[in-house]
Amino acid sequence: MPIDMELDRHILRRTTTTEEEIVVNFGPQHPSTHGVINFVTQTNGEIIRRSVPEIGYLHRGLEKIGEMVPYPGYMPFTDRIDYLAAMFANEGYAVAIERLLGVEPPPRAKYIRAIAGELCRISNHFISVGTMAQDIGAATPLTHALRERESINDLLEELCGARLTFNFHRIGGVAFDLPEGWGTKVLRFLDHLDSYIQEWDRLITFNKIFVKRLANVGIINRALAIDYGLAGPNLRGSGVRWDIRRDMPYGAYPDFDFNVPVGTGRVGTVGDCWDRFFVRVQEIVESSKIVRQALAKLPEGDIQAKVARKLKPEVGEAVGRVESARGEMLYYVVSDGSEKAYRLRVRTGSFMAMGIIEELSHGIMVADLIAIIASLDVVAPEVDR
Amino acid sequence: MKISLALDSTSLTRRYPRLAVLVTLFMAFGVPLGLYAGALAVFPLNRPEVLNALAKEWLGWDLATSPYRNLVYAGFLLLVAFIAVNYTAVFGGVSTWVERRVAGRMQSRIGPNRTGAAGFLAWVADAVKMVLKEDTIPGSADNLLFRAAPYFSMVGLLLPFVVLPFGESTVVTDMNVGVFYVAAVTAFVVVGILVSGWASNSKWALFGGIRGAAQVLSYEIPAGIALMVPVLMAGTLSMQGIVRAQGGLPWEWFVFRNPAALVAFFIAVTSSLAEGNRTPFDLPEAESELVAGYHAEYSGFRLAIFLMVEWANMWIMAGLAVTLFLGGWQVPGVSPEMYLHARGAGLLPAPLWFVLQAASMLVFIIKTWALVFLFIWLRWTLPRVRVDQMMSLCWKYLVPGAFLCFIVTLLWQLLVPPLGCKITGILLTICASAFLVKFLRDTRRNIDRVTGDRVDLTNW
Repeated sequence: MPIDMELDRHILRRTTTTEEEIVVNFGPQHPSTHGVINFVTQTNGEIIRRSVPEIGYLHRGLEKIGEMVPYPGYMPFTDRIDYLAAMFANEGYAVAIERLLGVEPPPRAKYIRAIAGELCRISNHFISVGTMAQDIGAATPLTHALRERESINDLLEELCGARLTFNFHRIGGVAFDLPEGWGTKVLRFLDHLDSYIQEWDRLITFNKIFVKRLANVGIINRALAIDYGLAGPNLRGSGVRWDIRRDMPYGAYPDFDFNVPVGTGRVGTVGDCWDRFFVRVQEIVESSKIVRQALAKLPEGDIQAKVARKLKPEVGEAVGRVESARGEMLYYVVSDGSEKAYRLRVRTGSFMAMGIIEELSHGIMVADLIAIIASLDVVAPEVDR
Repeated sequence: MKISLALDSTSLTRRYPRLAVLVTLFMAFGVPLGLYAGALAVFPLNRPEVLNALAKEWLGWDLATSPYRNLVYAGFLLLVAFIAVNYTAVFGGVSTWVERRVAGRMQSRIGPNRTGAAGFLAWVADAVKMVLKEDTIPGSADNLLFRAAPYFSMVGLLLPFVVLPFGESTVVTDMNVGVFYVAAVTAFVVVGILVSGWASNSKWALFGGIRGAAQVLSYEIPAGIALMVPVLMAGTLSMQGIVRAQGGLPWEWFVFRNPAALVAFFIAVTSSLAEGNRTPFDLPEAESELVAGYHAEYSGFRLAIFLMVEWANMWIMAGLAVTLFLGGWQVPGVSPEMYLHARGAGLLPAPLWFVLQAASMLVFIIKTWALVFLFIWLRWTLPRVRVDQMMSLCWKYLVPGAFLCFIVTLLWQLLVPPLGCKITGILLTICASAFLVKFLRDTRRNIDRVTGDRVDLTNW
């Protein structure tokens, strides 16, 4: 991985010498970059020699903001780190601060967190697989995915009043209890979802052209995935069975029984783009299972632990890690004893995925680069924060 | 302010709600029917001897010896061209509306439904918008070529109309090298794509242009060989001759006459999808890869021409497949003698002849629209292939396959007696019907399998 991408980009621009090669900027505005990212690409016709991601267009200093506002006040900002899976950004921050304070949320709050989180994961994965199909040229799967996501947005809106930036978690609990009759609505949606996933597989997952486009493309083998620090579905797509929910349990997850799907190379090689796609489709099913279990076992009680109005943690540091839809989301917080964090650091799955694109880009075709970017499920604000 | 009020269609239609319906009905039925009627009235007259006789009978003017005769013929040709060009534009427009509505249905959304009844006038609004947009030419573009490129595409789209038969007599001219001519002139479209890609001086457009050239030129070969199969079966290159060699009923169509022709039909349709840059072969403009491909830098009227060519090309693709493989305009139960008989001996044909002609046009139009629907379904179902896959499909499968069909058809024509053709025709028709029934039943079952996901017809 390039140590300094900025330097590398300039090197790339200077070394373009052969007459057959041109430098193409895929981005910052491009339909397939999933946000404001630039892929500086050196190509010889359709064959790419090298492609270097240029990031930072969406840097809003969110980590610095975390050091300038009091602990509870930072929660709405975390939504903006990953707007497609804001529940996890909320949850990671809440978990980190709870560890810093030594507070344990009540069981009901933990269950509600799991339900909201897994619904959010389903919605995020629908966007991910839908846009991936769109990038491969199939327009219809995305709109079907958006339709399913719309139902989840409605449910989450009923739960917390927001459809995208939820601001749902609180330090030591969650903001709202489940509304009356909400569980039934969720179960009805999940019944539909489980039958719909089969249609999804018929529509796109096992479509012959789709499989041909993605099988054996952008292969990330096990060692490479670990070396580049990939996280979440990108890591599991390479056959590494690593899931924070299972391996470093937090919240209510130890109570649930679920599988951790990994890439098996079913249509090509382990770790190809199709594996990463299919891992996400399978995770939708697993999330549905978790939500069903959580709704069945939902305990009664408070949704908020007793927390002081003014949070002044003792001097120290804490790490909160949750399994976001884009992999491990890690918040590292250092407290100096005041009401604001001394240092806050966020490690996200998208940023780790950006590094490997250059490694994969040698000798592939232009269309493959699009497939690889899509299969890594990169969201620009999460890369830049 | 006053002008904007006068042009504001919503306020007009709000004041007179029936106006929208009337305008829509006129645009939806009046304009196409007018064009079809115009074609029916004008195309059969487009021959010097007919015009000479008409001039003598009605005007008492001996046109055949007049020094102005070529001017008159040319003027009449302009009328023919006017109808053909307008037909392409209207078809291109209407098909965009159909495509957007069908896509909306397939994608669980509504589609255009604001302008006119059921949103039908959306294509008119789009066309007006396109014309009103600023016509930009990038500063570093090759000015002349940039301006010229849309015309190449336009010419490539319009020239096949010269030989494309709409009905028994509704054809501009029945060239004796019709199929060859169509295969030759449709290649003009790729000149437009290549020139626009190069002249735009943009990397995306260049990618698109080069892809377009590689794709269209490659697929000309399997398409050309597959088109030879009906030519071999009919023994003529003339489009009308090929249609006349077929019959009105499915087992009399070339596509079911022998298995090789069936394969050749699929090869021809696949290749024409690729030549028309339709999904799964929309590589030259691949939105998710090349932004907009070869027309990335175009705007306004020039872009409108490219888009019109793209949609109107569906008519050429479908019409060609219908003419060569699916029996063209042949009406079941109407033999060629009946047309002759109905015409009568008069200078102008009898009314019954016009009825038969209209019926033959109707058959052709229905078949062609059915294929256009198929193309639309494919576009909204399939992903895009990659460049190397597109090339390997062409050279490894379609070209050898087309050659094989060619040879099998040759042998079939030599060895199989007419009775054998009839038996194969009936057998293949039964197979095709069974496949269609299975397809519909599978579709129904798959829709039923998803619970809580009923198709909502209220939006349509």
